[in-house]
Parts: sequence; structure tokens; C-alpha cells
Amino acid sequence: MQKRLIVSHQLLEIMVMRLCHQLIENHGDFSDSVILGLQPRGKFVAQRIQSTLASILGKQVPTGLLDTTFHRDDFRRRDTPLTANATEINFVVEDKKVILVDDVLYTGRSVRAALDAMIAYGRPANVELLVLVDRLYTRHLPIQPTYVGRKVNSLLSQRVLVEWKGQQAEEDAIWLITKTDE
Amino acid sequence: MQELSVRHLLGIKEITPQDIQLIFETADNFKDVLNRPIKKVPSLRDITIANVFFENSTRTRLSFELAEKRLSADVINFSSSGSSVKKGETLLDTVNNILAMKVDMIVMRHSSPGAPHFLSKHIPANIVNAGDGTHEHPTQALLDSFSIRERLGEVAGKKVVIIGDILHSRVALSNIFALQKQGAEVMVCGPMTLLPKYIQQLGVKVETNVRKALEWCDVANVLRIQLERQQMKYFPSLREYTLYYGIDKKLLDSLNKEIVLMHPGPINRGVELSSDAADSHHSIILNQVENGVAIRMAVLFLLAQKG
Repeated sequence: MQKRLIVSHQLLEIMVMRLCHQLIENHGDFSDSVILGLQPRGKFVAQRIQSTLASILGKQVPTGLLDTTFHRDDFRRRDTPLTANATEINFVVEDKKVILVDDVLYTGRSVRAALDAMIAYGRPANVELLVLVDRLYTRHLPIQPTYVGRKVNSLLSQRVLVEWKGQQAEEDAIWLITKTDE
Repeated sequence: MQELSVRHLLGIKEITPQDIQLIFETADNFKDVLNRPIKKVPSLRDITIANVFFENSTRTRLSFELAEKRLSADVINFSSSGSSVKKGETLLDTVNNILAMKVDMIVMRHSSPGAPHFLSKHIPANIVNAGDGTHEHPTQALLDSFSIRERLGEVAGKKVVIIGDILHSRVALSNIFALQKQGAEVMVCGPMTLLPKYIQQLGVKVETNVRKALEWCDVANVLRIQLERQQMKYFPSLREYTLYYGIDKKLLDSLNKEIVLMHPGPINRGVELSSDAADSHHSIILNQVENGVAIRMAVLFLLAQKG
């Protein structure tokens, strides 16, 4: 297995800061906006975005977690079983501007499931998508992100891994992993 | 990534403590789904489930049917009254005819113990036992433990007494297995005639005095006297049973502790439970019914994943 660093922790911090300023450009004081992190890995991105926005704006933007397990289209078609995660949405989604947040955008199927899952909580005014990494030319569905940290060209056999300090990693980092036949 | 160790839910005896935990964790998520404005998810949209009931049921059948519909499964219902079973068709033929219509899962209640086990050896569909005679009723035991976990935080280390007609009760047997697998202490309480002869061999305490049982326990699960299953007299009269084993508010208040009161339903008010006890703050009877849907959704979802 080869592991290549594509975003270091310093760069990741700058990247998150840039994404937050882009969000502020579109959402102003966030009075009608909410953030939804996609379980399981979008949770850490959403928390980081929320805390960085809090340091800039001096207020907490409502942030929830959305689990898409029961809305996925690969149920019974995967090799590995699906395990559900908690959904925590303690606010009304109806008529809000929703920012869906995930770490890596790959086929787009998770985002499709998330759109489906989110509708069960109400009809949002509009929905945007923020991802740290956009894997180019891998989409199965016509889904594109509104805010992107880094665009990455990768092979289908490769994997992009976002690590967070404290979550079984020493530093924040984004890696491109290539499987090799050992 | 976890999955169940079994393809069918035939009884609690066949599943592992890890299976029970996985079902509870999945049910937590489904309980959340049931509290949303839109209480439906598309998980089982390509699955057809047949509810095959060879014995009467209200709560369990409604609860299963609602769970299936909340998961977007297609549902067909079968009850033996008014069917070809009355014309002499065998169980296997009946079920094979249903399966020929491309059904993926069978939820079955039958008056003969072991009927779902027999079926599981002969058909390819996933089977959920919704009660087989006096043997097991696994989803009821799961929702009972889930309700205890919800009220008291955990099941391990808790003292649970099952009171009433243990001899004819599938709920009692499934509950004993489920509670022991989660590390709870179990006692059964009732008149000697309604306690199976070798019940101690399951590792449960036996008590015939209901006051002593209540003073010992954290949770009391009260069962119905199943007159329809009793082919002989096990006690002189219902009035006498109520006098010695009936639980009322006065008895609960006289204990110097708070206990949780459960009942799998249907309640015979004024027999095993008085109305003031059934409707008191001790009672989590309606929570049990609510949790039943979430537990059954979890079981169906996890079994469907096994294919």
C-alpha cells in the first residue's frame, strides 16, 4: 500500500479558512442557514467548519448530522453490511438554506441519498454542497459541489483518506492511497 | 461493519449478545426515524414480506405491518381463518405457494412450537418468528429489553421478575434467554401449577410469593393468564388468582422502592393488573408498544441485509 500526502495540516487549515470565507460571502450572518454533516466522515468536516465560522463570526451556526444509511441505493448489493449512525438535527430544515458537508465527493451516490434523507425533515429553501476533496471524473450521478477544498485526479483503484487529529491520527491530513500487490 | 450471525430470527436462543446489541443500536436509529415529520425510509423498497398468521394477533401483526410499511416493503397478509388451510393444505404447501409469488421474507405466527424452525429448513426466504405456540416470541423479548434499557440505562445487572402464567408463555421463555444473554438476573413468579417443573435448570430464581418477588426486583414483567391455552384448571378461580397474584397500586405503593412495570398485552384489567397500576407512572406498557415498531424495523432491516 502506498500512501501519498496530498494536503498537509497547514494547508488543510488554510483550505478550511478559505471555504469558511466563501460560505460567509454567500450566507452573510447565517441567520437562515444551517450546516448538515453527512455521517460518518462528514461529521468531522462539519464540526471543523462550525468552529472556524464561530471564530470568525463570533456565533455558532446550527449544525446537525445526517445519516443516509436507510436511503442508500446499494442496500443488499454491497459486499459489506451497512451500519446506521445517529442523525442529530435539533433545528427546523423547512425554508432554511442548507449546506451539506462531506469529506470526499466520489460517485455522488451518498449525496443523492443525503438529499433524499434530508427531505424527511422538511423542504429547504435551497441546498449547497461543500466537500474537502472532489475526485474528478468519477461521478455516477449529475451532482457537483458548490464549494471545493481540493480537486484530485485519481484512479478508481485509489482511495482518498481524510484524517483528523484525535481521530486515530496524529495530524490533520489528506492522503491518496494506492493499493499495491504485495 | 457489523451484521447478524443468523439468517432467520427463530428465537432468542439462536442469537448472540452481539446480535442483540446490534439490533438495539439499529432500533435507536429507527426510533429517531419514527419521530420525524416523514416517518418512512426507502430501505426495503425492493422487498416483499408476507405476514403469515396461523393464530390470532392484533398488536404483533399491526406492529410488524407498520414496521414493514415504514421501511417501504411491499406487504401481503395471510391469516389461516378463511384460507385454504381449512381445506387441508399443509404448512409447507401454503408457504411454498406464497413464495411462488416472489416473496423475500416471511413473518410467521403459528400455534405449534418449532413451526418456523421447520420452515427455515425447507424454504429460501428469511423467516421471522412472531410467536410459535408456547415456545418463543423473540421480537417481544427484544422490545421488552429495549424498553428496560431505555428506562433504566442498561439491562446488565438488573433484576427482572416475570410474573404469571410461565407454563404457557412464549414471552417468558424468550425474555429469560434475552435477559440472561444481556447479563440480567431473572426470577419467575406464579402459582406452582403455572411454573414449568424444571424451570430452575435455565438458571432462574423461582418464587411463589408476589410481594417477595416485587421487593427483590427492579423490573416486573406481568403476563396474562392464557385461558385459551389451558386445557385443565390450574387454579381454583380467576378471583383467587387475582387475590394472590394480582398487582394493584396499593401493593406497588407499599414497596419501599420504585419498580418498572411491564406487560406484553393484551392486559386483562382487574385480573393480573388493576387499572390504577397499569396506568400508573411505574408502567411503561405503551412505551413497549411504541418500541415494538422500531425493534421490528431493525430486525427486518438487518435480516434483509443478510439476503
